[in-house]
Amino acid sequence: MSISAEEVFETANMILRQNLDIRTTTLGINLKDCIDNDFGRFTDNVYQKILKHSLRLIREADKLEIKYGIPIVNKRISVTPISLIMETHCSKQSFVEMAKTLDRAAKDGGIDYIGGFGAFVQKGLTDSDRVLIESLPDVFASSDRVCSFLNVGTNVAGMNLDAINMLGHMLKETASKTKDAVGCAKFVAFANAPEDNPFMAGAYHGIGEPDTSLNIGVSGPGVVHSVVEKNRDCDLTQLSEIIKRTVFKVTRSGELIGRELAKNLNVPFGIVDISLAPTTAQGDSVANIIEAFGIESIGAHGTTMAVALLMDAVKKGGAMASGNVGGLSGTFIPVSEDSGMIEAVRKGALDLNKLEALTSVCSVGLDMFAIPGDTPAETINAIIADELAIGVINNKTTAVRVIPVPGKKAGESVDFGGLLGEAPVMDVNPYSARDFLKRGGRLPAPVTSMRN
Amino acid sequence: MEKELLFITVIGKDRKGIVAKISTLLYEYDINIEDINQKIMDDYFVMIMLVDMKESKQSLERVRAELEKIGDTLQVKIQIQHEDIFKMMHRV
Repeated sequence: MSISAEEVFETANMILRQNLDIRTTTLGINLKDCIDNDFGRFTDNVYQKILKHSLRLIREADKLEIKYGIPIVNKRISVTPISLIMETHCSKQSFVEMAKTLDRAAKDGGIDYIGGFGAFVQKGLTDSDRVLIESLPDVFASSDRVCSFLNVGTNVAGMNLDAINMLGHMLKETASKTKDAVGCAKFVAFANAPEDNPFMAGAYHGIGEPDTSLNIGVSGPGVVHSVVEKNRDCDLTQLSEIIKRTVFKVTRSGELIGRELAKNLNVPFGIVDISLAPTTAQGDSVANIIEAFGIESIGAHGTTMAVALLMDAVKKGGAMASGNVGGLSGTFIPVSEDSGMIEAVRKGALDLNKLEALTSVCSVGLDMFAIPGDTPAETINAIIADELAIGVINNKTTAVRVIPVPGKKAGESVDFGGLLGEAPVMDVNPYSARDFLKRGGRLPAPVTSMRN
Repeated sequence: MEKELLFITVIGKDRKGIVAKISTLLYEYDINIEDINQKIMDDYFVMIMLVDMKESKQSLERVRAELEKIGDTLQVKIQIQHEDIFKMMHRV
């Protein structure tokens, strides 16, 4: 055999026992060519274009799943940031109508989430951006599969505090209008949002992208956990090496599926996002990898260094394996989507402060965490501003997906079900930054942005 | 015509009839066995077959479903995968 029995077993075992899968295949679609003065015709163009591509994506992805015996868990669509194409139909009602159109196209096409209902506002808001933000609570209340993002900062433009100041109220209203506040799980605020990220809720089809582009997100916390478990006593350099080798293999599977799927769909292949993305399934936790390093519970002192090591090894292994690594490419540490993270919060090992510290060494940010429903809007804004400032100053992507759960107090829990998991409600600092945030304006770009 | 090579992996406890049942199915479906190998790895019985599907008229979907049925009867996990995924993951 050209491949040894050990190698065949390793791959089969990764899929059968360690939850290796292609986490998402996300097809980016440009919607600018759908714009029409007649809003009815405009939404019809959008619906038809998305539906056509969705049906093909599902059909071709299913074929590859059978050929290679690797699960392709999610098939998704990302679109041109909606604020850009709605400039001439700038009313709340039209935005909600557009969201319903996207939702209908996704449902009819068999797509689980459609991303891109968002805007770039790092330096200021257009009328369209403002109306988009104002429409979001109704958008989430009247759709199931639409995801939204807002890029409020970049390392070259600084950060728009006026835009951030709109978010706390928007999120609280969304929370009250959607069951278990689940609408908030579909909104993410970014600094330095990548144009080719295949993961939700932050996926959108960037303006530098071709008409369509296929991006792949691989996964494999279970696979990495398994090799770390087998190497309990090696030093950090060796630990990094074994993770690199494993992530290399995982990424290669994504590269293979991505290339072939793009070819079969006749669309350009974009990138492989090599992020370790956990699920609440047994053995699919990033927190458990950190614990297998030798840390009693994620959140303990020492966790930041451990996450830094993991993150760096993942990137190095992935970079060798694919010519087109992109998107977020790091390690996700969402609270509700990782059984080890949930457990750590419950037992008091992990709090919001440590979580924020961890995001300075890992992609992507404060993700999928619940806070008490009575948290003041300005405190939510301050949490977002803190996290995104880390991204702006350190020239990296950071993001916030925060869920203020009405009626719930710290220590209680909210169950979203499915991939979104279950979020223990976390304590927030009771002191306020109200007067600081009230100043508004823009956080100036850091001096490190002056590179020309 | 070029070969169309796939690997069949069986993981589980060693049982009578694994090879017999799988080879009978492959014979019926015109799938040629190129190589076969079995050993104990990580305390599991592992059998690996390299097969060529170029002459088979069956769809891979059907073959996969039938193999899964055999797996369920014998309480082992059976996977069939195109060889390219192994080449991609294990060869630089």
